[in-house]
Amino acid sequence: MATTEKFVGTSVPRKEDASLITGQGNFVDNLTLPGTLHMAVVRSPFAHARIVKVDVSKALEMPGVVGAWSGADLAGEWAGPLPMVWPITEDIKTSDHWPLTKDKARFQGDGVAVVVAESRGRADDAAEVVDVEYEQLDPVLDIEEGIKDGSPLVHDELGTNAVVHWSHGGGGDQGVFDSAPVQLRLRFEAPRITPSPIEPRGALASVVPAMGEFTLWTSTQIPHIARVTLSGTTGIPEHKLRIVAPDVGGAFGAKLNVYAEEALCLALARRTGRAVKWIENRSENYAVTVHGRGVIHDVEVAATEEGKILGFRVKELCDMGAYFQLLTPGIPELGGWVYMGPYDTEGYWYEFTGVMTNMAPTDAVRGAGRPEATYVVERAVDTVARHVGKDPAEIRRISFAPSHAEAKPSLMGLQIDSADYLPAFERALELADYEQYRKEQAARRDSGEVKQIGVGLSSYIEMSGLAPSNILGALRYAAGGWEAAQVRCQPSGKVTLTIGTSPHGQGHDTTWSQIAADELGVHPDDVEVLHGDTSIAPLGMDTYGSRSISIGGAALHVALQKIKDKARTLAAHELEVAEDDLEFRDGAFRVQGAPEKVRTIPELAVSAWTAHDLPEGYEPDLTAVATWDPKNFTWPFGTHVCVAEVDTETGFAQLLRYVAVDDCGVVINPMIVDGQVHGGIAHGIAEALYEEVIYDEAGNLVSGTLTQYLVPSAAELPSFELDRTETPSPTNPLGVKGIGEAGTIAAPPAVINAIVDAVSHLGVTEIGKPATPERVWKAIRDARGGGA
Amino acid sequence: MSVTVNGVAREADVEPRTLLVYFLRETLGLTGTNVGCDTTSCGSCTVLLDGESVKSCNLLAVQVDGREVTTIEGLATDGQMHPIQEAFHRNHGLQCGYCTPGMIMAAASYLRENPDPTDEHVRESLEGNLCRCTGYHNIVKSILDAAGQMSGAKA
Repeated sequence: MATTEKFVGTSVPRKEDASLITGQGNFVDNLTLPGTLHMAVVRSPFAHARIVKVDVSKALEMPGVVGAWSGADLAGEWAGPLPMVWPITEDIKTSDHWPLTKDKARFQGDGVAVVVAESRGRADDAAEVVDVEYEQLDPVLDIEEGIKDGSPLVHDELGTNAVVHWSHGGGGDQGVFDSAPVQLRLRFEAPRITPSPIEPRGALASVVPAMGEFTLWTSTQIPHIARVTLSGTTGIPEHKLRIVAPDVGGAFGAKLNVYAEEALCLALARRTGRAVKWIENRSENYAVTVHGRGVIHDVEVAATEEGKILGFRVKELCDMGAYFQLLTPGIPELGGWVYMGPYDTEGYWYEFTGVMTNMAPTDAVRGAGRPEATYVVERAVDTVARHVGKDPAEIRRISFAPSHAEAKPSLMGLQIDSADYLPAFERALELADYEQYRKEQAARRDSGEVKQIGVGLSSYIEMSGLAPSNILGALRYAAGGWEAAQVRCQPSGKVTLTIGTSPHGQGHDTTWSQIAADELGVHPDDVEVLHGDTSIAPLGMDTYGSRSISIGGAALHVALQKIKDKARTLAAHELEVAEDDLEFRDGAFRVQGAPEKVRTIPELAVSAWTAHDLPEGYEPDLTAVATWDPKNFTWPFGTHVCVAEVDTETGFAQLLRYVAVDDCGVVINPMIVDGQVHGGIAHGIAEALYEEVIYDEAGNLVSGTLTQYLVPSAAELPSFELDRTETPSPTNPLGVKGIGEAGTIAAPPAVINAIVDAVSHLGVTEIGKPATPERVWKAIRDARGGGA
Repeated sequence: MSVTVNGVAREADVEPRTLLVYFLRETLGLTGTNVGCDTTSCGSCTVLLDGESVKSCNLLAVQVDGREVTTIEGLATDGQMHPIQEAFHRNHGLQCGYCTPGMIMAAASYLRENPDPTDEHVRESLEGNLCRCTGYHNIVKSILDAAGQMSGAKA
């Protein structure tokens, strides 16, 4: 079992795969319990309407129906409202968000009543006949209109829709925005998008009435956060509530939340004494699961005449939706620290205003704030390049901040842990044949071809690894940002890791096994990894914000050092030498100068377990627990290059090449890291070209199914060409940085910059997201003077 | 109705409105076939009907009476994974794994008709199967790898 083979840095095939490729996955809809009831939610068809009356009597008469309740009927079930844990300012205006609304429906899909029945079909049928009388109200569907006097109010008691205003407060010299030779004022918009995991949400609650004990299996990223917050909503004591995240079919922020349906399943299990299951269908997923983006930026960018970037001053207007979900008001602020990109600027300003609207709540969607920021910075840099008549590559070269290996204060107030922007940038341009495409572009422009070529650059820095607990505290977040790991060396030689992160496709079982294998001298196949169940892995803060490896991996590293320390003491005892006389290598302690005297970790695990002969005061069993609270975020960076061909007659944009050179520090499993980048890029390309949540003027969701909300298929996307540079992070002992969101952060401006670049010689300066053929065609027509 | 599923003859009484995918999942307990949408868009529920890929959310169970269905659970033979399953593992062709059964079944049908495809043809063949995790890069790579393995095995 012991091995000298090393695994960190190699593409170990995933341990997770076998069940998933054979149809033996354990997704929540695959779980059944005896006597399970099925739940359906009655949802408002209107964006904004007063609830006059809810009559569930017809539903109760339907066969197989066990219960039906309005929001008012269930008002007594709740110990508190649904959680919002990030009141980012002292004067934020908040309103209680109940699992079912009692007074008004505030968006299309808002839950007004609930039904449980013996089958899913019967529950759906009964939900159809719940009679709700509404009085329609004018909806708020535009954030700029919503903040004007006289706008309808989403939450009457708040007296305004502009419920939160947060300012970074500025950094550096604000004078550059008045004195710089180049001062441009720009406006960028990012429409709403929806995370679209292929598995919608779902939950199954069970109850042991005599014990008052509940278990909730839920398709979530955050079993630990869900446990404490759902305890607060339902009144089920935390020690009587177990949350299990089984196999989770993708999340992307959709499942970084605590939802009404989870609370309802628990409350109705308590009411009925039976298990209650709810499986979201795709239409519900698009209507009620959180959306993201939905922002307008007004930007001032300052630069020299040569195009060196001097600063960004950004004011953002953000669509919060109808209610604050778990993190809603904090999402824009996550971008609020990177509105300088990787550039050495002199002035920094960021502020945002959050506006309630009669549309689905917004919250985290992969990247959360940082894609918005990176889009603004990188679109603005290209605009400056065009303004000063320089190649956009050239002005990036002269604007990059210098490299550093240790943490260094940045103008925006936080410390960037390590950076070396230029090598990644030059490698990306080299891989993409940048100069060659510039020549081809010039040739096609000269000959006036219908299909023009554009090259888009996107150099980014992101703040990942959420987060140092003291900074979260300063930002008024309600929890910490630490992570936990337990290591147990079993007497049979196997190793059990119990971790606090909760993966949903990221391959933690494999990656964490590789780390433990190298430290303990075992094979990854001899390591099991437990997670996602609050009874099995009670300590942890879950998976989001590209935090798992840089915080959870660090916690594991510390736990493994504790194991080795404990094992060393026992080895010294058994070999009758001083601890300092032992050297540790390949999972074994050897006496220096007498290498035949050896104890391996598995041997010591047996000794610690039998406990027959331990040193005085030694605790039996080779087990250690560690928590890790990071001192800093990690700051991944890189450059992406997109080459697009645009048909100037139809507006159709074809991506010819997509090159990404990312730096996420030390890499544990290159195959898994590449996979994260691939998926992130695809998500970012989708945001740039295809995806947009659309409501009509009455607040009806038009993009309510996969036939209108265009998640791209393989046929729409190119292959991706990846490389890496490696600048270790000094923030954690592994030297790692997060990589889960880099692609989503970098890709949208790379794609839009490419498309604008392709038609900029026609006078086009801006094309909104998503850059559909219609939008591109209109931009070309408008630039040509409207005479299409 | 009677139907052969993964080589085993099955008989059941089903409601006329039961979709094939729910017959497989709930009546037969074959939960490897997933449901990701309600508009026949995502392809998570793809199975083989008489060897050809179909979306099992788009057929009534009664429509397959007397026919042969293969699901992801039936793809391995004699405990040996199908080359496409092995290729998905080798090439990191899956992350969360939710779309994976549908992807693999779609690929099985496609490669039977097109044993020597190009990258572009594989991409076109997957137009009806959505994945959110992988960006498709390694799915395409997996299918091309499987094609090579399968044609090599025949040669």
